[in-house]
Amino acid sequence: MIRYILSKFMFMLLSLFLLITATFVLMNAVPGSPLQSEKATSEQVQKNLEAYYGLDKPLIVQYGTYLKNLVKGDLGISMKKKFQSVDKMIASSFKYSLKLGVSAIVTSVVAGSVLGIVAAMYHRKFLDNLAMIIAVIGLAIPSLVLAPLLQYLFAVKLRIFEVAGLNGPMDYVLPTIALASGPIAFIARLLRSTMIEVLNADFIKTAKSKGLSGYVIVMRHALRNSMLPVVTYLGYLTAGIITGSVVIEEIFGIPGIGKYFVQSVTDRDYPLIMGITIFYAIILMVTRFLADIAYVFVDPRMRVSGGKAGK
Amino acid sequence: MEGSFKKPVQFMLVLVLAFGMLLTACSGNNNKPANDEGGAGGGDGKAQEFRFTLASEPPSLDPATMTDAQSSIVAAGLYEGLTRLNTDGEPEPAIAKEWKVSEDGKTYTFTLRDDVKWSNGEAVTAEDFVYSWKRTLDPETASDYAYMLYYIENAEKINSGEITDTDQLGVKALDEHTLEVKLYTPAPYFISLVSHYTYLPVNKTAVDGKPEWASEAKTIVSNGPFLLKEWAHEDKLVLEKNPDYYNASAINFDKVTITLINDTNTVYNLFETDKIDWIGAQAGSVPTDLTPQLVADKKAVITPVASTYYYLFNTTKAPFNNAKIRKAFAMTVDRQALIDNVTKANQQPAFALVPPSIAGVEGKSYREMYPDTDYFQENIEEAQKLLAEGLAESNMKALPEITLLYNTDDAHKAIAEAIVDMWRKNLNVEVKLANQEWGTFLESRKAGQFDIARSGWGADFNHPINFTYDLIHPLSGNNDGKYNNPEVAKLLDESLLTTDIKAGMDKIAAAEKIAFADDMGALPLYYYTTVTMVKPGIENVVSDYAGHLDWVFGSKK
Repeated sequence: MIRYILSKFMFMLLSLFLLITATFVLMNAVPGSPLQSEKATSEQVQKNLEAYYGLDKPLIVQYGTYLKNLVKGDLGISMKKKFQSVDKMIASSFKYSLKLGVSAIVTSVVAGSVLGIVAAMYHRKFLDNLAMIIAVIGLAIPSLVLAPLLQYLFAVKLRIFEVAGLNGPMDYVLPTIALASGPIAFIARLLRSTMIEVLNADFIKTAKSKGLSGYVIVMRHALRNSMLPVVTYLGYLTAGIITGSVVIEEIFGIPGIGKYFVQSVTDRDYPLIMGITIFYAIILMVTRFLADIAYVFVDPRMRVSGGKAGK
Repeated sequence: MEGSFKKPVQFMLVLVLAFGMLLTACSGNNNKPANDEGGAGGGDGKAQEFRFTLASEPPSLDPATMTDAQSSIVAAGLYEGLTRLNTDGEPEPAIAKEWKVSEDGKTYTFTLRDDVKWSNGEAVTAEDFVYSWKRTLDPETASDYAYMLYYIENAEKINSGEITDTDQLGVKALDEHTLEVKLYTPAPYFISLVSHYTYLPVNKTAVDGKPEWASEAKTIVSNGPFLLKEWAHEDKLVLEKNPDYYNASAINFDKVTITLINDTNTVYNLFETDKIDWIGAQAGSVPTDLTPQLVADKKAVITPVASTYYYLFNTTKAPFNNAKIRKAFAMTVDRQALIDNVTKANQQPAFALVPPSIAGVEGKSYREMYPDTDYFQENIEEAQKLLAEGLAESNMKALPEITLLYNTDDAHKAIAEAIVDMWRKNLNVEVKLANQEWGTFLESRKAGQFDIARSGWGADFNHPINFTYDLIHPLSGNNDGKYNNPEVAKLLDESLLTTDIKAGMDKIAAAEKIAFADDMGALPLYYYTTVTMVKPGIENVVSDYAGHLDWVFGSKK
């Protein structure tokens, strides 16, 4: 197990290095510069700015300086938001995205699982159909449409919730629903189909013949075996959701990290582009890694090949 | 399998618990839209709070590095300069009580008030201006707008590092409250210019050696009517009335909350639910699709703005190196139809570049003094004739392939499509459309890689020179079409040398006339407007001449 983790870790470091290099090269290859603006400043001003940010040096030197600072843990300062350090910008905005993201993930897993289990247990019955109709609606309406709709209905017309902001616990409700509706539907359908398969497996039939009740069978045996694909999906979902959704954060006025992905590139804010990319890569790698580890706990079959054997 | 069967259930339980805890934990203190009393309470006139939104947070609140509308809207409340523009865009005394101008118009002597204080308790003196301007010009500061100070003697040389002794800058503190400024050329609009944020003073104690001083609320030291109480980055800014402001009795708002929200529909919904008091003039924008109805219902008003939307001709290559062909294209755009059907916010057709809200002299606007409709008119027949003549002059049988370049944006696209259609109908020419992402677009335009390119210009200060010297002078860095007429350059240069304001404007108008009536150096389309909405009871909050929210002296009934 330790060897496995170690090799994974080395692989992650290598990927990160390649990613940093590729981003750096591509970013500088794109036309435009962080120092340009529609209003032309004097040539002198441009020179002063370039010297200030070290952009007058050859690219390879800039790259070296960046790596050196990065190793020291210094992500630099933004070139657009004057004198705000990139690490602070990421930290303060990630705080909002993380809170909202966790809320959305928990909601997706809980609601998605309930819908999926109900559908599987009442396969081809009314509840199954109802759950799947809800799921299809959830999948079909993009958050781009759902978010303004929720905002208009519940905040503007009914005035139950606030239009924007992430203030009290109630403010989480609308953005969470908007973020979670897709994943809920996806998890519900995923769980339903694997569970129906598992429920027809031999060991479940054995359990039934032993006289165990339907509820116990589902909770003790079937669910655990059906969670595997969900865990895989969760790895991706977590990374996607906690790094922020541009659309949802825009609509609900949440100062999260999502907008930086687009804005930093439009602004050609080099230090911010690099910082955001590295941050996102790490999140993605870590969540995938955690999902890998989670298999081991969910699926006993995996433990045999791991260092710590099962019983 | 036995023994661990409970885990999925436990797992779920933990998740549910975590969710619950999260919800309770999140009732933290990052209140977004201010307090609730604002709209609901009514009646009591005590809560003097004003609330609005900005699309993005000010990139800088340091006078030396500010460049944009967002920063200037906030800075207007935080800082006080020598003069301040009133709602008509005319300069009025602020820290400078009075000023004297020398015979040759090159030396300004400002007498400063002696009762202005920094928020750290220190007095605002003439030395603060000297320090601030030297700092902005220091190449190390890397100020984008340093060139705004180039009017001052030796300023450009200090900014280029050619002169390292900053004491040679033409500005001196004669005593604590007397500031002497020497210009390299008489600039009759200098009093207006010093109201610009680049000319604001800064407090040496707070700034020296701390380039990041203006990026957090607690390190900002200011001298204006309001103090920055809170700056939650990307979330909101909270300003409170400065009790020590010398003119505190003129300030009515006790608290100003600025929420940072980009989505226009969200901003509109906040207004509808009484969470903000104002939309428009760079402080949020009214959704375009709702504008006509809101204006018809008198819920929103349209105000002119000192900004111009125009197209650049690439005058260095065929076919637009020929003035007659340029004229033909400019005369076949039906500007009113474009405004009525596409832009839809009652913009004004433009036949030159200086917008109507730029001031002239004796209470008249510059455009009232020199109407741009005198320069040229839309005329299809005339245009067709000019096109034929122009082609003959350039020894061409037909036009080469022409591309219109704009930055990727739905609004620009709609305008470009409409205009290309007009040219197709009126001149029987086919113009191709191309769009590029903003950064790439700016680089292409700068490099002259276009036939026709979109452009726009907003005022930095309230004087026609800002729309002429900056746009049609051959030496201007913004003249991307490379329009070059030595006569125009000469007239504009001369306008800077006159000490008489009216005479200077006559020169500018003469240059403008040549540039459009004779040469059609660019293709003016329309003067911008801004759509604004304000809650009843809020008074003296307006869109200023440049189309920026002016809220500092507002009040709430």
